[in-house]
Amino acid sequence: MKIWRYGDNVNTDMLFPGKYTYTCSTPDEIKPHLLEDLDPLFAKNVKEGDIIFAGKNFGCGSSREQPTVGLKAVGISAIVAESFARIFYRSSINQGLLLIECQEAVKAYRDGDVVSLDVENGKIIVGGKTYSFPKLPKEILAIRDAGGLLSYTRAKLKNKK
Amino acid sequence: MGLTFAEKILAKYAKGKKVESGQIVTVRPDHLLMHDNAAPIIKKIQTDLEDYGIINSELPVIVLDHVIPACDEKTATNHKVIREFVKKYKIKNFFDVGNGVCHQIMIEKGLVLPGQLLLGSDSHTCSYGAIGAFSSGIDRTEAAALLLTGETWLKVPQSIKINLKGTLQSGVYAKDIILRIIGDVSASGADYCSVEFHGDTKQFSVDERFTIANMGVEMGAKNAFFPVDDVTVQYLKSIGVSEFKYVPIYPDKDAIYAKEINYDLGTISPVVALPHSVDNVKDVTEVEGLEIQQCLIGTCTNGRVSDFRIAAKILKGKKIHPNVRLLILPSSKQVYLDALKEGIIDTLVEAGGVLLPPGCGPCLGAHQGVLAPGERCLSTSNRNFKGRMGCKDAEIYLASPATVAVSAIYGKITDPRKEVR
Repeated sequence: MKIWRYGDNVNTDMLFPGKYTYTCSTPDEIKPHLLEDLDPLFAKNVKEGDIIFAGKNFGCGSSREQPTVGLKAVGISAIVAESFARIFYRSSINQGLLLIECQEAVKAYRDGDVVSLDVENGKIIVGGKTYSFPKLPKEILAIRDAGGLLSYTRAKLKNKK
Repeated sequence: MGLTFAEKILAKYAKGKKVESGQIVTVRPDHLLMHDNAAPIIKKIQTDLEDYGIINSELPVIVLDHVIPACDEKTATNHKVIREFVKKYKIKNFFDVGNGVCHQIMIEKGLVLPGQLLLGSDSHTCSYGAIGAFSSGIDRTEAAALLLTGETWLKVPQSIKINLKGTLQSGVYAKDIILRIIGDVSASGADYCSVEFHGDTKQFSVDERFTIANMGVEMGAKNAFFPVDDVTVQYLKSIGVSEFKYVPIYPDKDAIYAKEINYDLGTISPVVALPHSVDNVKDVTEVEGLEIQQCLIGTCTNGRVSDFRIAAKILKGKKIHPNVRLLILPSSKQVYLDALKEGIIDTLVEAGGVLLPPGCGPCLGAHQGVLAPGERCLSTSNRNFKGRMGCKDAEIYLASPATVAVSAIYGKITDPRKEVR
Protein backbone atom coordinates (compact mmCIF):
# COMPACT_ATOMS: atom_id res chain seq x y z
CA MET A 1 0.00 0.00 0.00
CA LYS A 2 1.38 3.35 -0.99
CA ILE A 3 0.60 6.72 0.59
CA TRP A 4 0.27 9.59 -1.90
CA ARG A 5 0.88 12.97 -0.29
CA TYR A 6 -0.40 16.32 -1.52
CA GLY A 7 -0.83 19.84 -0.13
CA ASP A 8 -3.67 22.34 0.35
CA ASN A 9 -6.38 23.28 -2.15
CA VAL A 10 -5.91 20.37 -4.54
CA ASN A 11 -8.59 21.42 -7.01
CA THR A 12 -10.69 19.46 -9.48
CA ASP A 13 -8.63 20.64 -12.47
CA MET A 14 -5.55 19.10 -10.83
CA LEU A 15 -7.48 15.92 -10.09
CA PHE A 16 -8.90 15.70 -13.60
CA PRO A 17 -8.24 18.38 -16.27
CA GLY A 18 -11.32 20.27 -17.47
CA LYS A 19 -10.42 19.76 -21.11
CA TYR A 20 -11.46 16.10 -20.83
CA THR A 21 -14.71 16.59 -18.91
CA TYR A 22 -16.98 16.29 -21.94
CA THR A 23 -15.13 13.46 -23.64
CA CYS A 24 -14.25 11.12 -20.74
CA SER A 25 -16.98 9.80 -18.45
CA THR A 26 -16.44 6.09 -17.87
CA PRO A 27 -13.89 4.82 -15.29
CA ASP A 28 -11.67 3.43 -18.06
CA GLU A 29 -11.65 6.76 -19.89
CA ILE A 30 -10.97 8.66 -16.66
CA LYS A 31 -8.17 6.54 -15.13
CA PRO A 32 -5.25 7.54 -17.42
CA HIS A 33 -5.88 11.27 -16.77
CA LEU A 34 -6.25 11.17 -12.98
CA LEU A 35 -4.09 13.85 -11.31
CA GLU A 36 -2.45 14.43 -14.71
CA ASP A 37 -1.42 18.06 -14.08
CA LEU A 38 -0.58 17.50 -10.40
CA ASP A 39 1.39 14.26 -10.36
CA PRO A 40 1.99 12.47 -13.68
CA LEU A 41 3.24 9.39 -11.80
CA PHE A 42 -0.05 8.84 -9.98
CA ALA A 43 -2.10 7.31 -12.80
CA LYS A 44 0.83 5.10 -13.80
CA ASN A 45 1.65 3.73 -10.36
CA VAL A 46 -1.50 3.87 -8.21
CA LYS A 47 -2.58 0.48 -6.83
CA GLU A 48 -5.70 -0.88 -5.20
CA GLY A 49 -5.70 -0.06 -1.48
CA ASP A 50 -3.49 3.06 -1.73
CA ILE A 51 -4.32 6.05 0.49
CA ILE A 52 -4.11 9.77 -0.27
CA PHE A 53 -3.03 12.23 2.45
CA ALA A 54 -3.72 15.90 1.74
CA GLY A 55 -4.06 19.30 3.37
CA LYS A 56 -6.99 21.69 3.48
CA ASN A 57 -9.91 22.00 1.05
CA PHE A 58 -9.19 18.88 -0.99
CA GLY A 59 -11.33 18.69 -4.16
CA CYS A 60 -12.26 22.38 -4.41
CA GLY A 61 -13.56 23.79 -7.67
CA SER A 62 -15.80 22.23 -10.26
CA SER A 63 -18.70 19.82 -9.71
CA ARG A 64 -17.17 17.35 -12.18
CA GLU A 65 -17.28 13.86 -10.73
CA GLN A 66 -14.47 12.26 -12.72
CA PRO A 67 -12.11 12.71 -9.73
CA THR A 68 -14.32 10.74 -7.31
CA VAL A 69 -15.38 8.17 -9.92
CA GLY A 70 -11.75 7.71 -10.99
CA LEU A 71 -10.25 7.52 -7.50
CA LYS A 72 -12.86 4.95 -6.53
CA ALA A 73 -12.21 2.98 -9.73
CA VAL A 74 -8.43 2.76 -9.19
CA GLY A 75 -9.12 1.42 -5.70
CA ILE A 76 -8.07 4.31 -3.43
CA SER A 77 -9.13 2.98 -0.02
CA ALA A 78 -9.38 6.40 1.66
CA ILE A 79 -8.50 10.05 1.29
CA VAL A 80 -7.31 11.53 4.57
CA ALA A 81 -7.31 15.34 4.53
CA GLU A 82 -7.42 18.29 6.90
CA SER A 83 -10.67 19.32 5.18
CA PHE A 84 -12.63 18.71 1.99
CA ALA A 85 -14.56 20.99 -0.36
CA ARG A 86 -18.27 20.29 -0.17
CA ILE A 87 -19.20 19.18 -3.70
CA PHE A 88 -16.25 16.76 -3.69
CA TYR A 89 -17.32 15.53 -0.25
CA ARG A 90 -20.87 14.83 -1.44
CA SER A 91 -19.62 13.27 -4.64
CA SER A 92 -17.40 10.87 -2.69
CA ILE A 93 -20.38 9.70 -0.68
CA ASN A 94 -22.26 9.26 -3.94
CA GLN A 95 -19.47 7.08 -5.34
CA GLY A 96 -18.93 5.14 -2.10
CA LEU A 97 -15.42 6.58 -1.70
CA LEU A 98 -14.16 6.87 1.89
CA LEU A 99 -13.10 10.34 3.04
CA ILE A 100 -11.51 10.90 6.43
CA GLU A 101 -11.36 14.43 7.76
CA CYS A 102 -8.64 14.33 10.40
CA GLN A 103 -6.22 17.22 10.74
CA GLU A 104 -4.17 15.53 13.48
CA ALA A 105 -3.51 12.42 11.39
CA VAL A 106 -2.42 14.50 8.41
CA LYS A 107 -0.14 16.65 10.53
CA ALA A 108 1.36 13.59 12.25
CA TYR A 109 2.10 11.62 9.10
CA ARG A 110 5.78 11.30 8.18
CA ASP A 111 7.12 9.57 5.08
CA GLY A 112 7.44 5.86 5.74
CA ASP A 113 4.85 5.76 8.57
CA VAL A 114 2.67 2.66 8.55
CA VAL A 115 -1.00 3.60 8.18
CA SER A 116 -4.00 1.41 8.95
CA LEU A 117 -7.73 2.06 9.13
CA ASP A 118 -10.49 0.88 11.42
CA VAL A 119 -13.43 2.45 9.64
CA GLU A 120 -16.12 0.85 11.77
CA ASN A 121 -14.77 2.43 14.94
CA GLY A 122 -13.71 5.69 13.26
CA LYS A 123 -9.99 5.20 13.90
CA ILE A 124 -6.90 5.77 11.83
CA ILE A 125 -3.50 4.59 13.01
CA VAL A 126 -0.51 6.55 11.76
CA GLY A 127 3.00 5.47 12.77
CA GLY A 128 1.66 3.59 15.80
CA LYS A 129 -0.53 6.44 17.08
CA THR A 130 -4.32 6.27 16.90
CA TYR A 131 -6.50 9.17 15.83
CA SER A 132 -10.30 9.27 15.75
CA PHE A 133 -12.47 10.77 13.07
CA PRO A 134 -16.20 11.50 13.31
CA LYS A 135 -18.65 9.02 11.83
CA LEU A 136 -20.98 10.13 9.08
CA PRO A 137 -24.60 10.73 10.08
CA LYS A 138 -26.66 7.56 9.64
CA GLU A 139 -28.68 8.92 6.69
CA ILE A 140 -25.47 9.47 4.77
CA LEU A 141 -23.70 6.33 5.91
CA ALA A 142 -26.62 4.41 4.41
CA ILE A 143 -25.77 5.86 0.98
CA ARG A 144 -22.08 5.02 1.22
CA ASP A 145 -22.76 1.56 2.61
CA ALA A 146 -25.14 0.81 -0.24
CA GLY A 147 -22.11 1.25 -2.51
CA GLY A 148 -23.08 4.74 -3.60
CA LEU A 149 -26.08 6.88 -4.41
CA LEU A 150 -27.29 5.04 -7.51
CA SER A 151 -27.41 1.64 -5.80
CA TYR A 152 -29.11 3.31 -2.82
CA THR A 153 -31.66 5.02 -5.09
CA ARG A 154 -32.35 1.83 -7.05
CA ALA A 155 -33.04 -0.10 -3.84
CA LYS A 156 -35.38 2.64 -2.68
CA LEU A 157 -37.28 2.70 -5.98
CA LYS A 158 -37.57 -1.08 -6.01
CA ASN A 159 -39.09 -1.08 -2.53
CA LYS A 160 -41.66 1.48 -3.59
CA LYS A 161 -42.71 -0.50 -6.66
CA MET B 1 -33.19 32.78 18.82
CA GLY B 2 -33.20 34.16 15.27
CA LEU B 3 -32.61 32.11 12.15
CA THR B 4 -30.33 32.63 9.18
CA PHE B 5 -31.50 32.58 5.57
CA ALA B 6 -30.24 29.00 5.14
CA GLU B 7 -32.00 27.80 8.29
CA LYS B 8 -35.27 29.43 7.25
CA ILE B 9 -35.34 28.24 3.67
CA LEU B 10 -34.25 24.71 4.55
CA ALA B 11 -36.93 24.57 7.23
CA LYS B 12 -39.46 25.55 4.57
CA TYR B 13 -38.26 22.83 2.20
CA ALA B 14 -38.09 20.29 5.04
CA LYS B 15 -41.86 20.78 5.28
CA GLY B 16 -41.90 23.45 7.95
CA LYS B 17 -39.93 21.59 10.58
CA LYS B 18 -37.61 23.74 12.64
CA VAL B 19 -34.02 23.04 11.68
CA GLU B 20 -30.61 23.96 13.03
CA SER B 21 -27.16 23.93 11.51
CA GLY B 22 -25.61 20.49 11.26
CA GLN B 23 -28.95 18.78 10.80
CA ILE B 24 -29.61 16.63 7.70
CA VAL B 25 -32.86 17.39 5.89
CA THR B 26 -34.58 15.88 2.86
CA VAL B 27 -35.54 18.44 0.23
CA ARG B 28 -37.28 18.54 -3.13
CA PRO B 29 -35.67 21.30 -5.25
CA ASP B 30 -37.80 23.49 -7.52
CA HIS B 31 -35.50 22.80 -10.45
CA LEU B 32 -32.53 20.63 -11.29
CA LEU B 33 -30.05 22.30 -13.61
CA MET B 34 -27.92 20.33 -16.06
CA HIS B 35 -25.86 21.34 -19.08
CA ASP B 36 -23.78 19.33 -21.57
CA ASN B 37 -23.20 16.91 -18.70
CA ALA B 38 -26.85 15.82 -19.02
CA ALA B 39 -25.59 13.25 -21.56
CA PRO B 40 -23.42 11.26 -19.13
CA ILE B 41 -26.08 11.78 -16.45
CA ILE B 42 -28.76 10.16 -18.62
CA LYS B 43 -26.41 7.34 -19.63
CA LYS B 44 -25.88 6.41 -15.97
CA ILE B 45 -29.57 5.66 -15.50
CA GLN B 46 -30.65 4.46 -18.93
CA THR B 47 -32.33 1.27 -17.73
CA ASP B 48 -33.75 2.98 -14.63
CA LEU B 49 -35.35 5.56 -16.90
CA GLU B 50 -36.98 2.76 -18.90
CA ASP B 51 -38.35 1.29 -15.65
CA TYR B 52 -39.38 4.40 -13.76
CA GLY B 53 -39.26 7.38 -16.14
CA ILE B 54 -38.34 10.78 -14.73
CA ILE B 55 -40.09 12.06 -11.64
CA ASN B 56 -41.36 15.27 -13.26
CA SER B 57 -40.70 16.71 -16.71
CA GLU B 58 -40.72 20.23 -15.24
CA LEU B 59 -37.94 19.49 -12.74
CA PRO B 60 -34.93 19.55 -15.09
CA VAL B 61 -33.64 22.61 -16.88
CA ILE B 62 -31.11 21.67 -19.54
CA VAL B 63 -28.88 24.23 -21.24
CA LEU B 64 -26.26 23.33 -23.84
CA ASP B 65 -23.44 25.73 -23.10
CA HIS B 66 -20.15 24.07 -22.16
CA VAL B 67 -18.86 22.97 -25.56
CA ILE B 68 -20.97 24.80 -28.14
CA PRO B 69 -21.19 24.50 -31.08
CA ALA B 70 -19.90 20.94 -30.69
CA CYS B 71 -16.12 20.76 -31.29
CA ASP B 72 -15.88 17.12 -32.30
CA GLU B 73 -17.89 13.99 -32.96
CA LYS B 74 -18.00 13.00 -29.31
CA THR B 75 -19.44 16.30 -28.04
CA ALA B 76 -21.83 16.43 -31.02
CA THR B 77 -23.09 12.96 -30.10
CA ASN B 78 -23.57 14.04 -26.48
CA HIS B 79 -25.70 16.96 -27.64
CA LYS B 80 -27.72 14.59 -29.82
CA VAL B 81 -28.31 12.21 -26.89
CA ILE B 82 -29.60 15.16 -24.85
CA ARG B 83 -31.94 16.39 -27.60
CA GLU B 84 -33.42 12.89 -27.93
CA PHE B 85 -33.90 12.66 -24.16
CA VAL B 86 -35.61 16.06 -24.13
CA LYS B 87 -38.07 14.91 -26.82
CA LYS B 88 -38.73 11.52 -25.27
CA TYR B 89 -39.43 12.84 -21.79
CA LYS B 90 -41.06 16.09 -22.93
CA ILE B 91 -38.63 18.26 -20.98
CA LYS B 92 -40.19 21.71 -20.92
CA ASN B 93 -37.12 23.78 -20.17
CA PHE B 94 -34.49 22.97 -22.77
CA PHE B 95 -32.15 25.57 -24.25
CA ASP B 96 -30.16 24.43 -27.24
CA VAL B 97 -26.81 25.71 -28.51
CA GLY B 98 -26.71 29.50 -28.78
CA ASN B 99 -29.04 30.44 -25.92
CA GLY B 100 -26.32 31.13 -23.39
CA VAL B 101 -24.65 29.98 -20.19
CA CYS B 102 -26.95 27.96 -17.93
CA HIS B 103 -26.68 30.28 -14.92
CA GLN B 104 -27.53 33.37 -16.93
CA ILE B 105 -30.47 31.54 -18.54
CA MET B 106 -31.82 30.47 -15.13
CA ILE B 107 -32.05 34.05 -13.91
CA GLU B 108 -32.87 35.78 -17.19
CA LYS B 109 -35.75 33.42 -18.03
CA GLY B 110 -37.23 33.59 -14.54
CA LEU B 111 -36.54 29.89 -13.95
CA VAL B 112 -35.33 30.70 -10.45
CA LEU B 113 -37.16 33.04 -8.10
CA PRO B 114 -36.56 34.48 -4.64
CA GLY B 115 -37.24 32.01 -1.85
CA GLN B 116 -36.78 28.97 -4.09
CA LEU B 117 -34.34 26.09 -3.71
CA LEU B 118 -32.36 24.86 -6.71
CA LEU B 119 -29.66 22.30 -7.26
CA GLY B 120 -27.50 21.96 -10.34
CA SER B 121 -24.74 19.75 -11.65
CA ASP B 122 -22.43 22.73 -11.91
CA SER B 123 -20.45 24.36 -9.11
CA HIS B 124 -21.49 27.90 -10.04
CA THR B 125 -25.14 27.10 -9.34
CA CYS B 126 -24.55 29.22 -6.22
CA SER B 127 -25.11 32.29 -8.47
CA TYR B 128 -28.87 32.49 -7.86
CA GLY B 129 -28.42 33.89 -4.38
CA ALA B 130 -28.12 37.12 -6.40
CA ILE B 131 -31.92 37.18 -6.40
CA GLY B 132 -32.49 35.64 -2.99
CA ALA B 133 -32.71 31.94 -3.90
CA PHE B 134 -30.90 29.07 -2.18
CA SER B 135 -28.89 27.26 -4.82
CA SER B 136 -25.99 24.89 -4.74
CA GLY B 137 -23.88 22.57 -6.88
CA ILE B 138 -24.00 18.76 -6.88
CA ASP B 139 -22.29 16.05 -8.94
CA ARG B 140 -23.61 14.13 -11.95
CA THR B 141 -24.57 11.05 -9.95
CA GLU B 142 -26.73 13.10 -7.63
CA ALA B 143 -28.38 14.82 -10.60
CA ALA B 144 -29.15 11.37 -12.02
CA ALA B 145 -30.75 10.26 -8.74
CA LEU B 146 -32.75 13.49 -8.60
CA LEU B 147 -34.15 12.84 -12.07
CA LEU B 148 -35.52 9.56 -10.74
CA THR B 149 -36.70 10.60 -7.27
CA GLY B 150 -36.89 14.41 -7.18
CA GLU B 151 -35.37 14.51 -3.72
CA THR B 152 -32.04 14.57 -1.93
CA TRP B 153 -30.45 15.42 1.41
CA LEU B 154 -28.83 18.66 2.50
CA LYS B 155 -26.94 19.46 5.66
CA VAL B 156 -28.14 22.72 7.19
CA PRO B 157 -25.03 24.90 6.95
CA GLN B 158 -23.57 27.42 9.35
CA SER B 159 -23.70 30.95 7.99
CA ILE B 160 -21.22 33.75 7.50
CA LYS B 161 -22.43 37.35 7.33
CA ILE B 162 -20.47 39.78 5.19
CA ASN B 163 -21.37 43.44 5.67
CA LEU B 164 -20.56 45.64 2.70
CA LYS B 165 -20.55 49.27 3.86
CA GLY B 166 -19.89 52.51 1.99
CA THR B 167 -19.28 53.04 -1.71
CA LEU B 168 -16.66 51.94 -4.19
CA GLN B 169 -14.03 54.27 -5.62
CA SER B 170 -14.11 54.74 -9.38
CA GLY B 171 -12.29 52.01 -11.26
CA VAL B 172 -13.33 49.46 -8.63
CA TYR B 173 -16.13 46.98 -9.35
CA ALA B 174 -18.14 44.08 -7.92
CA LYS B 175 -15.47 41.67 -9.20
CA ASP B 176 -12.85 43.46 -7.12
CA ILE B 177 -15.06 43.12 -4.02
CA ILE B 178 -15.49 39.37 -4.34
CA LEU B 179 -11.84 38.77 -5.26
CA ARG B 180 -10.78 40.89 -2.25
CA ILE B 181 -13.07 38.84 0.03
CA ILE B 182 -11.80 35.49 -1.32
CA GLY B 183 -8.22 36.72 -0.96
CA ASP B 184 -8.95 37.59 2.67
CA VAL B 185 -10.93 34.52 3.77
CA SER B 186 -9.06 32.04 1.50
CA ALA B 187 -10.31 29.38 -0.92
CA SER B 188 -11.53 27.30 2.01
CA GLY B 189 -12.67 30.17 4.24
CA ALA B 190 -16.38 29.51 3.73
CA ASP B 191 -16.26 25.71 3.29
CA TYR B 192 -19.74 24.18 3.86
CA CYS B 193 -21.12 27.61 4.86
CA SER B 194 -23.96 29.74 3.59
CA VAL B 195 -22.63 33.24 2.91
CA GLU B 196 -25.00 36.19 3.32
CA PHE B 197 -24.20 39.66 1.99
CA HIS B 198 -25.66 42.55 3.94
CA GLY B 199 -25.02 46.25 4.51
CA ASP B 200 -25.30 48.78 1.70
CA THR B 201 -26.24 46.17 -0.88
CA LYS B 202 -29.04 48.27 -2.40
CA GLN B 203 -26.45 50.10 -4.51
CA PHE B 204 -25.67 46.89 -6.41
CA SER B 205 -27.56 45.83 -9.52
CA VAL B 206 -28.65 42.22 -9.98
CA ASP B 207 -25.73 41.90 -12.45
CA GLU B 208 -23.25 42.95 -9.78
CA ARG B 209 -24.81 40.65 -7.18
CA PHE B 210 -24.60 37.85 -9.75
CA THR B 211 -20.84 38.43 -10.13
CA ILE B 212 -20.39 38.24 -6.36
CA ALA B 213 -22.70 35.27 -5.67
CA ASN B 214 -21.25 33.38 -8.66
CA MET B 215 -17.85 33.26 -6.98
CA GLY B 216 -19.14 32.12 -3.58
CA VAL B 217 -18.00 28.58 -4.37
CA GLU B 218 -14.44 29.87 -4.86
CA MET B 219 -14.27 30.37 -1.08
CA GLY B 220 -15.97 27.02 -0.51
CA ALA B 221 -19.48 28.35 0.14
CA LYS B 222 -22.48 26.10 -0.23
CA ASN B 223 -24.58 29.05 -1.36
CA ALA B 224 -24.37 32.84 -1.44
CA PHE B 225 -27.27 35.14 -0.68
CA PHE B 226 -28.37 38.74 -1.20
CA PRO B 227 -31.61 39.83 0.49
CA VAL B 228 -34.42 40.68 -1.91
CA ASP B 229 -35.02 44.44 -2.20
CA ASP B 230 -36.44 46.97 -4.69
CA VAL B 231 -33.56 46.29 -7.05
CA THR B 232 -34.47 42.58 -7.18
CA VAL B 233 -38.18 43.31 -7.54
CA GLN B 234 -37.60 45.80 -10.37
CA TYR B 235 -35.24 43.41 -12.15
CA LEU B 236 -37.76 40.58 -11.97
CA LYS B 237 -40.50 42.94 -13.24
CA SER B 238 -38.27 43.82 -16.18
CA ILE B 239 -38.19 40.15 -17.20
CA GLY B 240 -41.94 39.78 -16.73
CA VAL B 241 -42.11 38.29 -13.22
CA SER B 242 -44.55 40.10 -10.95
CA GLU B 243 -43.89 40.28 -7.22
CA PHE B 244 -46.94 38.10 -6.55
CA LYS B 245 -45.14 35.16 -8.13
CA TYR B 246 -42.65 34.65 -5.30
CA VAL B 247 -42.24 34.88 -1.55
CA PRO B 248 -38.83 36.17 -0.48
CA ILE B 249 -37.19 34.70 2.61
CA TYR B 250 -35.17 36.96 4.89
CA PRO B 251 -32.87 36.03 7.77
CA ASP B 252 -33.99 37.18 11.21
CA LYS B 253 -32.31 40.31 12.55
CA ASP B 254 -31.01 38.33 15.54
CA ALA B 255 -29.85 35.33 13.49
CA ILE B 256 -26.74 33.57 14.78
CA TYR B 257 -23.75 33.64 12.44
CA ALA B 258 -20.58 31.57 12.72
CA LYS B 259 -18.64 34.63 11.63
CA GLU B 260 -19.24 38.28 10.69
CA ILE B 261 -16.91 40.19 8.41
CA ASN B 262 -17.11 43.92 7.71
CA TYR B 263 -15.88 45.71 4.62
CA ASP B 264 -15.51 49.42 4.03
CA LEU B 265 -15.98 49.38 0.26
CA GLY B 266 -14.13 52.67 -0.11
CA THR B 267 -10.89 50.97 0.92
CA ILE B 268 -11.03 48.30 -1.79
CA SER B 269 -8.77 48.82 -4.80
CA PRO B 270 -8.70 47.06 -8.16
CA VAL B 271 -7.24 43.59 -7.63
CA VAL B 272 -6.00 40.60 -9.60
CA ALA B 273 -6.07 36.91 -8.62
CA LEU B 274 -2.73 35.38 -9.59
CA PRO B 275 -2.13 31.81 -10.71
CA HIS B 276 -2.98 29.16 -9.73
CA SER B 277 -5.59 29.82 -7.06
CA VAL B 278 -8.45 32.28 -6.76
CA ASP B 279 -7.37 33.39 -3.27
CA ASN B 280 -3.93 34.48 -4.49
CA VAL B 281 -5.16 38.07 -4.65
CA LYS B 282 -2.93 41.14 -5.04
CA ASP B 283 -3.56 44.82 -5.68
CA VAL B 284 -3.28 45.48 -9.41
CA THR B 285 -0.41 47.87 -8.70
CA GLU B 286 1.68 44.93 -7.45
CA VAL B 287 1.47 43.06 -10.77
CA GLU B 288 1.33 46.00 -13.18
CA GLY B 289 3.47 45.59 -16.26
CA LEU B 290 3.20 41.82 -16.53
CA GLU B 291 2.84 41.04 -20.25
CA ILE B 292 -0.29 39.17 -21.39
CA GLN B 293 -1.12 37.39 -24.64
CA GLN B 294 -4.84 36.80 -24.21
CA CYS B 295 -7.71 38.69 -22.60
CA LEU B 296 -11.15 37.26 -21.94
CA ILE B 297 -14.17 39.41 -21.12
CA GLY B 298 -17.36 37.49 -20.44
CA THR B 299 -18.48 34.18 -18.84
CA CYS B 300 -21.18 33.66 -16.21
CA THR B 301 -19.14 35.84 -13.84
CA ASN B 302 -18.83 38.99 -15.95
CA GLY B 303 -20.58 38.42 -19.28
CA ARG B 304 -23.58 40.72 -19.02
CA VAL B 305 -24.37 43.92 -20.91
CA SER B 306 -23.28 46.07 -17.97
CA ASP B 307 -19.84 44.38 -18.07
CA PHE B 308 -19.43 44.87 -21.83
CA ARG B 309 -20.61 48.47 -21.48
CA ILE B 310 -17.71 49.15 -19.09
CA ALA B 311 -15.26 47.51 -21.51
CA ALA B 312 -16.69 49.33 -24.55
CA LYS B 313 -16.42 52.70 -22.82
CA ILE B 314 -12.72 52.02 -22.27
CA LEU B 315 -12.04 50.57 -25.74
CA LYS B 316 -14.11 53.05 -27.78
CA GLY B 317 -11.97 54.40 -30.62
CA LYS B 318 -8.92 52.48 -29.40
CA LYS B 319 -7.11 49.37 -30.60
CA ILE B 320 -5.93 46.54 -28.44
CA HIS B 321 -2.18 45.86 -28.28
CA PRO B 322 -0.89 43.84 -31.27
CA ASN B 323 0.49 41.13 -28.97
CA VAL B 324 -2.93 40.49 -27.43
CA ARG B 325 -6.01 38.48 -28.46
CA LEU B 326 -9.21 39.80 -26.87
CA LEU B 327 -12.06 37.29 -26.59
CA ILE B 328 -15.61 38.53 -26.02
CA LEU B 329 -17.93 35.93 -24.52
CA PRO B 330 -21.52 37.06 -23.87
CA SER B 331 -23.34 35.02 -21.23
CA SER B 332 -26.56 34.75 -23.26
CA LYS B 333 -28.29 35.41 -26.56
CA GLN B 334 -30.24 38.20 -24.88
CA VAL B 335 -27.02 39.83 -23.68
CA TYR B 336 -25.56 39.40 -27.18
CA LEU B 337 -28.61 41.06 -28.81
CA ASP B 338 -28.78 43.89 -26.28
CA ALA B 339 -25.06 44.58 -26.67
CA LEU B 340 -25.48 44.56 -30.46
CA LYS B 341 -28.33 47.07 -30.28
CA GLU B 342 -26.35 49.37 -28.03
CA GLY B 343 -23.41 49.33 -30.45
CA ILE B 344 -21.22 47.74 -27.78
CA ILE B 345 -20.31 44.77 -29.96
CA ASP B 346 -19.26 47.12 -32.81
CA THR B 347 -16.96 48.98 -30.45
CA LEU B 348 -15.38 45.83 -29.04
CA VAL B 349 -14.88 44.18 -32.43
CA GLU B 350 -13.51 47.38 -33.97
CA ALA B 351 -11.02 47.57 -31.11
CA GLY B 352 -9.82 44.09 -32.06
CA GLY B 353 -12.08 41.80 -30.04
CA VAL B 354 -13.12 38.34 -31.27
CA LEU B 355 -16.78 37.63 -30.60
CA LEU B 356 -17.56 34.09 -29.41
CA PRO B 357 -20.98 32.42 -29.28
CA PRO B 358 -22.79 32.74 -25.92
CA GLY B 359 -21.49 29.81 -23.88
CA CYS B 360 -18.69 28.71 -21.57
CA GLY B 361 -16.03 28.32 -24.28
CA PRO B 362 -12.50 29.19 -23.19
CA CYS B 363 -13.29 29.34 -19.45
CA LEU B 364 -12.93 25.59 -19.02
CA GLY B 365 -10.33 24.89 -21.66
CA ALA B 366 -12.33 22.42 -23.71
CA HIS B 367 -12.16 24.51 -26.90
CA GLN B 368 -12.04 28.13 -28.17
CA GLY B 369 -9.18 30.23 -26.91
CA VAL B 370 -7.03 27.46 -25.43
CA LEU B 371 -3.67 28.80 -24.24
CA ALA B 372 -0.18 27.78 -25.34
CA PRO B 373 2.65 26.90 -22.92
CA GLY B 374 4.21 30.02 -21.44
CA GLU B 375 1.25 32.26 -22.28
CA ARG B 376 -0.60 34.49 -19.85
CA CYS B 377 -4.30 35.26 -19.95
CA LEU B 378 -6.09 38.01 -18.04
CA SER B 379 -9.71 36.98 -17.66
CA THR B 380 -12.99 38.07 -16.07
CA SER B 381 -13.89 34.42 -15.41
CA ASN B 382 -14.02 32.80 -11.99
CA ARG B 383 -11.16 30.27 -11.95
CA ASN B 384 -7.43 30.44 -12.56
CA PHE B 385 -6.54 26.85 -11.71
CA LYS B 386 -3.53 25.31 -13.37
CA GLY B 387 -4.58 23.81 -16.70
CA ARG B 388 -8.02 25.43 -16.52
CA MET B 389 -7.79 26.98 -19.99
CA GLY B 390 -6.49 23.79 -21.57
CA CYS B 391 -2.76 24.12 -20.89
CA LYS B 392 -0.98 23.34 -17.62
CA ASP B 393 2.01 25.47 -18.57
CA ALA B 394 -0.03 28.64 -19.10
CA GLU B 395 -1.06 31.21 -16.48
CA ILE B 396 -4.49 32.70 -15.79
CA TYR B 397 -5.04 35.98 -13.93
CA LEU B 398 -8.52 37.10 -12.86
CA ALA B 399 -9.79 40.67 -12.76
CA SER B 400 -12.74 42.99 -13.47
CA PRO B 401 -13.88 43.79 -17.02
CA ALA B 402 -12.37 47.28 -16.66
CA THR B 403 -8.96 45.93 -15.67
CA VAL B 404 -9.04 43.43 -18.53
CA ALA B 405 -10.14 46.04 -21.10
CA VAL B 406 -7.48 48.56 -20.07
CA SER B 407 -4.81 45.87 -19.96
CA ALA B 408 -5.77 44.72 -23.47
CA ILE B 409 -4.83 48.17 -24.76
CA TYR B 410 -1.39 48.13 -23.14
CA GLY B 411 -0.60 44.44 -23.67
CA LYS B 412 0.25 44.13 -20.00
CA ILE B 413 -1.60 44.10 -16.72
CA THR B 414 -2.57 47.71 -16.10
CA ASP B 415 -4.32 49.62 -13.33
CA PRO B 416 -7.81 50.42 -14.73
CA ARG B 417 -7.69 53.81 -13.02
CA LYS B 418 -5.31 54.83 -15.81
CA GLU B 419 -8.39 55.05 -18.08
CA VAL B 420 -11.35 55.09 -15.66
CA ARG B 421 -11.71 58.13 -13.49
